[in-house]
Amino acid sequence: MLAEADRFRLLQHHRLFPLIPLAVIIVVLPLLFPSAYYYRVAALVFIFAIAALGLNLLMGFAGQVSLGHAGFMGVGAYAVAIGPSRLGIAPLLAFALGAACSAVLAFVVGRPILRLKGHYLAVATLGFGVLLTIVFTNEAKWTGGPDGMPVQQIIIINWTVHRIGTWYWILAASFLLSAVIALNLIDSPTGRALRAIHDSERAARVLGIEVAQKKLAVFVISAVYASVAGSFFALINGYVTPDASSFLRSIELVAMVVLGGMGSIVGSVVGSAVLVILPQALTVFHEYEHAILGLTLMAVMIFLRRGIVPSLSAALGGTYK
Amino acid sequence: MTALAAERISIAFGGVRALDGVSFEAAAGIVFSIIGPNGAGKTTLFNVISGLCVPDDGRVWLGGEDVTALAPERLARRGLSRTFQNLQIFSHLTTLENVMVGRHRHESTGLLADLLHLPAVSWQNRITRDAALKALARVGLAAMAQRPAGSLAYGDLKRLEIARALATEPTVLLLDEPAAGCNPTETKNIETMIRSIVADDITVVLVEHDMRLVMNISDRIHVLANGHTLAEGDAAAIRANPAVIEAYLGAHSAALEPASAVR
Amino acid sequence: MDYDSGFRLVNSLVSSSNGLAHQVGVLFDRRRAPAAMAEFLQFTFSGLTVGAVYALVAVGFTLIYNASDVVNFAQGEFVMLGGMVTVFLGYAGVPMPLAAAIAVLITTAVGLALYRLGIAPAHDASTVTMIIITIGASIFLRGVAEIIFDKRFHSLPALFGSDPIRVGGASILPQSVVVLASALLIVCLLCAFIDRTLYGKAVIATSANRMAATLVGINTRTIVGACFAISAAIGAVAGVLVTPITLTSYNVGTLLALKGFAAVMLGGIGNAMGAVVGGVLLGLFEAFAAGYLSASYKDAVAFVVILAVLFAMPQGLVGKTTVERV
Repeated sequence: MLAEADRFRLLQHHRLFPLIPLAVIIVVLPLLFPSAYYYRVAALVFIFAIAALGLNLLMGFAGQVSLGHAGFMGVGAYAVAIGPSRLGIAPLLAFALGAACSAVLAFVVGRPILRLKGHYLAVATLGFGVLLTIVFTNEAKWTGGPDGMPVQQIIIINWTVHRIGTWYWILAASFLLSAVIALNLIDSPTGRALRAIHDSERAARVLGIEVAQKKLAVFVISAVYASVAGSFFALINGYVTPDASSFLRSIELVAMVVLGGMGSIVGSVVGSAVLVILPQALTVFHEYEHAILGLTLMAVMIFLRRGIVPSLSAALGGTYK
Repeated sequence: MTALAAERISIAFGGVRALDGVSFEAAAGIVFSIIGPNGAGKTTLFNVISGLCVPDDGRVWLGGEDVTALAPERLARRGLSRTFQNLQIFSHLTTLENVMVGRHRHESTGLLADLLHLPAVSWQNRITRDAALKALARVGLAAMAQRPAGSLAYGDLKRLEIARALATEPTVLLLDEPAAGCNPTETKNIETMIRSIVADDITVVLVEHDMRLVMNISDRIHVLANGHTLAEGDAAAIRANPAVIEAYLGAHSAALEPASAVR
Repeated sequence: MDYDSGFRLVNSLVSSSNGLAHQVGVLFDRRRAPAAMAEFLQFTFSGLTVGAVYALVAVGFTLIYNASDVVNFAQGEFVMLGGMVTVFLGYAGVPMPLAAAIAVLITTAVGLALYRLGIAPAHDASTVTMIIITIGASIFLRGVAEIIFDKRFHSLPALFGSDPIRVGGASILPQSVVVLASALLIVCLLCAFIDRTLYGKAVIATSANRMAATLVGINTRTIVGACFAISAAIGAVAGVLVTPITLTSYNVGTLLALKGFAAVMLGGIGNAMGAVVGGVLLGLFEAFAAGYLSASYKDAVAFVVILAVLFAMPQGLVGKTTVERV
């Protein structure tokens, strides 16, 4: 018979524990929304949280870097745009195909790229992302060129998803699902291997970990996360432009990860929330958006390198997930 | 039965001959030490053996199998493990998790199972955790299990790395200066640990500077200087070898004798 | 992708390479050579001009990288600032030469500030952290330029007029000659500074081994700061000189920095001579690709170059192979 305190302590150590407060917030939040606009902002937070989560697995846990991850978001976004309109594929199928394409692309590109380290890896991923953007901008026949193209609404069986309220719940569920998968990965042999690779690739190899294979696996997984987020983004906007995969978007993703806290699942949401909500809240200062983003990146990396959630958690004396 | 053998290993780094035709054979179940002045090529030899460096010439044999130029991951699966002179601890993981990573070779869940956290994964996590705790207990670090590895004292980190290497259940264990920077008590602990490792039928190949430890514990000693083999023999023979004494620049011969007082 | 579009894609690839082969063939065809020659020369001139700018950005990169191991992604903003500040000072009524001088000074100050406020405080950071910091700086500078200036394209009057000079059937702008000559001059001056002055020796020492340099009494903070300042100045000068040809706007910096980095990779990171060679080569590749293959993929050339170099010869054309001691 376990005492209540012991039961709680056991629960606290369960790998999915961090999701409980998140789930509560998600359910309670809509009660506070005065208008549809807020649903939309929340939906965007979920979308970018998914992408940031994937990038966090790559950067925060496995210790790699990608400055071109928005490229995969672009692949997902254009897949749901091109699939139904140019290829006559059902939207849901296009969604899945987008993720599959991203996975394949990540697999093919990742093998040579992940042999690199430090600024070489950073620039290679950056180049990859920009190359994708250039392709999206130029191949106007497929992508509508620099002005982009419209995206059909998604139809699941014969129900068209169009109310933003519906999207809120779909995206919340998707985010929670992706968080569950991420937390599963971390608390597993593969997850431990990835975290080991972050600290010492040499020692990991000597202990029998196939480092190249593991790095590729997490790269592919994070690409799929980004692709899913990109597809959702296109669907919710009803439109897609080459900006979806731009360098600036990639840097925003990185900013979300470092701001929220590398290696923190909750941090991915926090980072996404800050970077989505702040520009919305400060529409007056819209022009200052880029300047503030740049300043934020610098400040966080200089003064708050661990990010918000880990720093807060350390200050409160706990460990974080 | 030869557990580990090197045959005429040669390697040069941009014009500097780090190793030139080095050969040795380590029989199973003994403590085989490699000593030599700084820059003699000892760590390079370890790096070649453990697959981190590809030699220009020569072969490495593990338990009778030619494993030259095999990647470290493959060597780990064939029963070779090692520690690092400059400590390659996973500082962001806890002490326990460090050793759990050492169990990776024996873990059987795949990526998909891990992503979905199938029951097999919970089971595997539990098994790995138990095995890791046992390994920690063996080196006396069980109390530190939940602490971040980066916060441990230097002597404890040395023991942790050994525990982690042992967790792979190797047949041959390479120890790269396990007593470096340790005080006499810690060194004595290392000595005891090595004896118990050998008692478990694991061949230990040791690179060490601490002559007392080397003389106390070695069954066979191989001396390197400037990338060449200088001498090989048991402790007594090496102690008396004039070339060896000279190579250490007239090191006080007392340093090459076992300390009878430390018992 | 259906058969039709796949076929079209292959078709266009084939015709592109056919186009290239065609051009090369025409070059060797005596009767039509003059026109093809003129075209070739034209691409060479534009390639050299833009290559000179890449070379200067690359040299600035290298100077900073050697002194501090930092890859400065904000390098392109220095070029942008040189041009934009001059333009807007000109609008405010300041005479051109003075405006240019002030612009270079301001940019130099920005470079120094970047080091003091952005880089030096994070001296113990990992490579990736440093990259994010300089990217953040680049975005910040871009954002500030967006606010202070505007989002349009601007130009400056050319130094010697805009009547093109005819050479071998092709034409080259006098400003291009100015850019090329200045780039050469700047590189020579920099080499002279590094090799012949005491200060320059201090830079070499700091680049070789920061700790040792400190121990012999060199104030490495001052030296590294000076390197940032000099890089910024070089970039600003390049910006002022090239604006009459390529125009400038608040966001030209990003792409320039990436192309400068491609040039550095091509030449071998840490190698100043390589940076110049890399920059010029990159400019030429771009011009030829735009002329003979596809103008809309011009910008892709730099990234293809980066990826190709990283995979095939990470040490670059001129760089030495670094041996990794395990």
